[in-house]
Amino acid sequence: MAAVATETQFHVLAVDDSLPDRKLIERLLKTSSFQVTTVDSGSKALEFLGLHDHEDSPISVHADQLDVAVNLIITDYCMPGMTGYELLKKIKESSYLRDIPVVIMSSENIPSRINRCLEEGADEFFLKPVRLSDMSKLKPHILKSRCKEHYQQEEEHLQSNNIISPTNENSGSISSSSHKRKAVVDGEILLHAIRPRHLETEGTRSEGLTDGLSGRYFRLLVGWAV
Amino acid sequence: MEYSNLRRQTIFMKKNLFDQGFLDEQFNQLEELQDESSPNFVEEVVDLFFKDSSRLLTNIEQAIDKYPQDFYRLDSLVHQFKGSGSSIGALRVKNECSVFKAHCNDRSLEGCRRSFQKIKREHATLKQKLESYFQLLRQVGPREHAVSSRK
Repeated sequence: MAAVATETQFHVLAVDDSLPDRKLIERLLKTSSFQVTTVDSGSKALEFLGLHDHEDSPISVHADQLDVAVNLIITDYCMPGMTGYELLKKIKESSYLRDIPVVIMSSENIPSRINRCLEEGADEFFLKPVRLSDMSKLKPHILKSRCKEHYQQEEEHLQSNNIISPTNENSGSISSSSHKRKAVVDGEILLHAIRPRHLETEGTRSEGLTDGLSGRYFRLLVGWAV
Repeated sequence: MEYSNLRRQTIFMKKNLFDQGFLDEQFNQLEELQDESSPNFVEEVVDLFFKDSSRLLTNIEQAIDKYPQDFYRLDSLVHQFKGSGSSIGALRVKNECSVFKAHCNDRSLEGCRRSFQKIKREHATLKQKLESYFQLLRQVGPREHAVSSRK
């Protein structure tokens, strides 16, 4: 087990318009040691996350509040008003929320729907009724995203202090054309694709790493993880 | 003596509900989620289902009687009903909802009407059977603790 896992309870925001389903998902999550907030619509979910329909960033930016707020969002697909897919899109379009893992639930097993959600950035797709065994799939997504978040903070710190690398490794230039970022979780290297459209708006934050830098990155993460 | 009799009755009742297709595996899943921290979980979810479903059934009935028929909306309402039914393991209800949806797809109003009557019947039957089941469980419940504390 990596030191990435802490004793903190992770907080999941569950979105479902059906009352019995909300009760069920809440119980499933609590039984699996998550902190839970349930809402009955996509718009309420966005409100809870500090986002409003016409914006992609919160009115009042309380980064700490957002960090503490939600570690994963699990949402029903079929909902009146804003569907789970539309909610997913809004989350992924928001620079503040896009790194929060999103899981879609649906009672219908439609491959094109599943693919569309995964392509839009959903981390997982659960077929309803959701079971206790599905809950074990959630934590890895949370840990992966926290790991990535920590890496981003480290990168920013290093760049703002003009530190190239802790080992003074001459590892070549950062290529902005690379669309892959490697995250280290439990010693495994996981690939996490970055959506190209964010490259322009996010500056250094979204620049990808070439393979030549992966060694430096791994050393950074290991230094933090142990 | 009386306790073990009641206990046997609940087991028998539950077995019947499964054998007759009223409930499926999902109901077992619900029971597994019940423990000391949430001792009435199953009954609570089931109650929520019946509260929610009454509302849905009314909406479906109104939608059926509306002219011109909006099969898209009908399908959507029954889809919701089917979804929550499946969450509590209501197998017969779920299956009849599938039949209804097929009629919506065929744009058969008559088919929808017939199917809706069946849904209402299955819904009412399940409600009554589960009420009896939970009533029996409640009688067994406290004694279960008493028995285990004597050990």
